[in-house]
Amino acid sequence: MKNPTTVERKSDRELVVTRTFDAPARIIFQAWSKPELFRRWWIPKSMGMTLVSYEADIRTGGSYRLEISHQGSKPMAFFGKYLEVTPHSRMVWTNEESTDSPVTTVTLEEKGGKTLLVLSELHPSKAALDAAGTGALDAMPETFGQLDELVAELLAGAARSTMRAPAMRP
Amino acid sequence: MAQYSDSRLDASFAALSDATRRGVLEQLGRSDASITDLADKFHMTLTGMKKHVAVLEEAGLVSTEKVGRVRTCKLGARDLEDAAAWIKRHRDLWNARFNELDQVVEELKRNERAERPNRRK
Repeated sequence: MKNPTTVERKSDRELVVTRTFDAPARIIFQAWSKPELFRRWWIPKSMGMTLVSYEADIRTGGSYRLEISHQGSKPMAFFGKYLEVTPHSRMVWTNEESTDSPVTTVTLEEKGGKTLLVLSELHPSKAALDAAGTGALDAMPETFGQLDELVAELLAGAARSTMRAPAMRP
Repeated sequence: MAQYSDSRLDASFAALSDATRRGVLEQLGRSDASITDLADKFHMTLTGMKKHVAVLEEAGLVSTEKVGRVRTCKLGARDLEDAAAWIKRHRDLWNARFNELDQVVEELKRNERAERPNRRK
């Protein structure tokens, strides 16, 4: 039986994810902080994406960078710095791929051999949280962007002359 | 989740691949209209227009509402960003991610037990 994941908007600017693991905190921390282990779970297979590269120096002041590709598309990079790393209990990092990205805090709280993981994303503004994608899933805005443009053209009534047929057949 | 987005994208592109349906979107961009209005405007049967609207609706490009005997069509909220969908998108990601983390964690637990048999609980 899998433990449930809960997601809620704690405030206009904050998204909170919680999940319990049937393991001590040190194990969770190990799976998170060893790159070869992290690579195995951060990009779920069901997303159809590939973690092309991943480098991380998981300690306070260290940095990380990962590149994710969707079905052979040009990889998108995600990167930032660890503001705080306290082994087995707390990690705080920045997301610097865009200027209005959140600061992410993960806390691990062990109780009776189980660990409650709480991940919080604090965004700079409500608008930023509203617009927040799900990281790797954003590898697709390019395609959606094209579609949005197309729809906008259509709605502007300027479509017939500028419609490019090949765009319809991705 | 990617699958969900891909199929949605496919549906959107398929919906837009037809000249009549593009025309319907243009029309609805100017004003809401009933299926009967649209059928008249595009010189089609009611059944034919219903099919086109159904495809657009499936793709999330158009939404319809039946009031009395008239089904009114308007441009849909294609971005799906109502609160529930937004939360679901995030939960799907974290849930999938943490379920895979579970597998790594189970493996680490097994290894730990194997290495320290005396500390088995």
